[in-house]
Amino acid sequence: MPTATKEDGFVVFDHVQKSYDGEILVVKDLNLFIGQGEFLTMLGPSGSGKTTCLMMLAGFETATHGDILLGGKPINNIPPHKRGIGMVFQNYALFPHMTVAENLSFPLEVRGQGKSEREANVMKALDMVQMGEFGGRRPAQLSGGQQQRIALARALVFEPELVLMDEPLGALDKQLREHMQYEIKHIHERLGVTVVYVTHDQSEALTMSDRIAVFDDGIIQQLATPDDLYERPDNAFVAQFIGENNTLNGTVKAIKDGIATVDFGDGTLGEALAVNCAGVGSETTLSIRPERVDIGKESGPNAVPAKVLELIYLGDHIRCRMNVMGNDQFVVKVPNAAGHKHLVVGETTKVSWNSEDCRALD
Amino acid sequence: MSALPPYATTGQRVWYYAFRVICALIFLFLIIPILVIIPLSFNAEDFFTFTPEMLSFDPAGYSLKHYRDFFTNPDWTGALYNSVRIAPVATLLSVGFGTLAAIGLAQSHVPFRATIMAILISPMIVPLIISAAGMYFFYSRIGLQGTYWGVVLAHAALGIPFVIITVTATMVGFDRSLTRAAANLGAGPIRTFFKVQMPLILPGVVSGGLFAFITSFDEVVVVLFVGSASQKTLPWQMFTGLREQISPTILAVATILVIVSIGLLTTVEILRRRSERLRGMSPG
Repeated sequence: MPTATKEDGFVVFDHVQKSYDGEILVVKDLNLFIGQGEFLTMLGPSGSGKTTCLMMLAGFETATHGDILLGGKPINNIPPHKRGIGMVFQNYALFPHMTVAENLSFPLEVRGQGKSEREANVMKALDMVQMGEFGGRRPAQLSGGQQQRIALARALVFEPELVLMDEPLGALDKQLREHMQYEIKHIHERLGVTVVYVTHDQSEALTMSDRIAVFDDGIIQQLATPDDLYERPDNAFVAQFIGENNTLNGTVKAIKDGIATVDFGDGTLGEALAVNCAGVGSETTLSIRPERVDIGKESGPNAVPAKVLELIYLGDHIRCRMNVMGNDQFVVKVPNAAGHKHLVVGETTKVSWNSEDCRALD
Repeated sequence: MSALPPYATTGQRVWYYAFRVICALIFLFLIIPILVIIPLSFNAEDFFTFTPEMLSFDPAGYSLKHYRDFFTNPDWTGALYNSVRIAPVATLLSVGFGTLAAIGLAQSHVPFRATIMAILISPMIVPLIISAAGMYFFYSRIGLQGTYWGVVLAHAALGIPFVIITVTATMVGFDRSLTRAAANLGAGPIRTFFKVQMPLILPGVVSGGLFAFITSFDEVVVVLFVGSASQKTLPWQMFTGLREQISPTILAVATILVIVSIGLLTTVEILRRRSERLRGMSPG
């Protein structure tokens, strides 16, 4: 996926700010360029400003400052009903007094399509979400998953170039949610439509997106592809928010060839990639994924003593909670492979890692 | 109230039966005075009492002559004509303004919402005689006193609170994201109002309208102040009829009004159930 720039981006947020009360900025200086056909997810905890961004794009909120461009044209002064953007709402927002077919037909009627053309398009959209036989039902007669499909079909039926989705799977159970994730992903691939998706569920974001913008505190903390985001987080917030993560606090002793040597406070040293840490002598947080930690290697530059606190058997792997350098929430995933090391609660061993897998962050 | 559970104490048993007796008494005192006028309106005599013939179910004791009087006497037909001319127009005004007010007051950004609401509802709370006297003096100054439009406007003001209350109640269940969805799908504000918002709040609008209609149709105090002889409505005619010539025609009129009211309230109930079904509150 080529990264869009300010000049050729299909959707462009240019220095956008939003404040509801004139004092506190909910969105602080947002710059985001989304390419045509891209699936971009805005991921973040509640209150991080991601939904506000989506609402500004849809036209239900106005930006306090800055420009939003769609297809090269500023849309700040275009009312929502003239933007031609499809949207799937969190609670689906299906019209309860209309049948499914009438719901889908509504945007086509507005656009002045003829009756036969409308019927053909409605049928096509219903077939796309495998709901062909449900045209005559009312939304109240459908299950949550079925309503979700209808909402998706309604957002796509008038063939918008851009579709916004505001936590559309939030109300579904886990299994259905996973199924719908793949379905939305496939529809996106088939239609080539640009999707801006908002969620607070990181696995949803990782599964579906071309790129993910991680929001916190009104700022994009990192904008990257799913694998970059997981493997190469830029700062401690992203590392914590995406996937499981262990942290160790220390002071930078030396930085050489991009590798920082960190003192954990008692003279024990460890090495990590110097990603986002200040110079020698500054405090840093080391971030390392549980599946990248080895147990039991006595030697090496990053071998640190650890005490086993808890063992949880999870079938394919064993989750081991340890105390490492004063952090008693340090988690290691021990694969349940042939000949894996058997640990005992209370035992003291050593954990180690490759310097490249550990990142020294702010 | 379900059957008594086997573990009920003596106190609970006593209350169980006392509750039923109280309910029965309430219904008795509310309904008997209304029911008793129905047979009396078929009285063959010009009295307000049950004659011996009526009590022995002698057909000669019953007659439709009071109904005939109602439909032929120019006093009564004139009053009916006035009521039918005033109530629907007052209702239309109440529904129009009341619905708009309710929708406006549902917006969170309107300042002084509670105060505006209280002012609009006040005709329902302020004693009618005070509203009527106020309207009399105000309408006299601006030349509306004693005119058809004066009575219509006065009745519209009395009906607006009912419309505001019923429409506001339906708006509570109205999902704001529906209007957003309509806008997102390309519908302008006017189409959104008529195609999405109106159908969903229609039950509230209609039942508010029915209450406004009944208010205007039953109202006597305000019309006595604001109206003149040429705006004499049915309740006014009944009032003067009771004072000046005690004729059982009043009972015939009352019976007709009771039947009309029951019809209207049945409509309200049917509409309410329909709206619940549409919103998926109960299985269709």
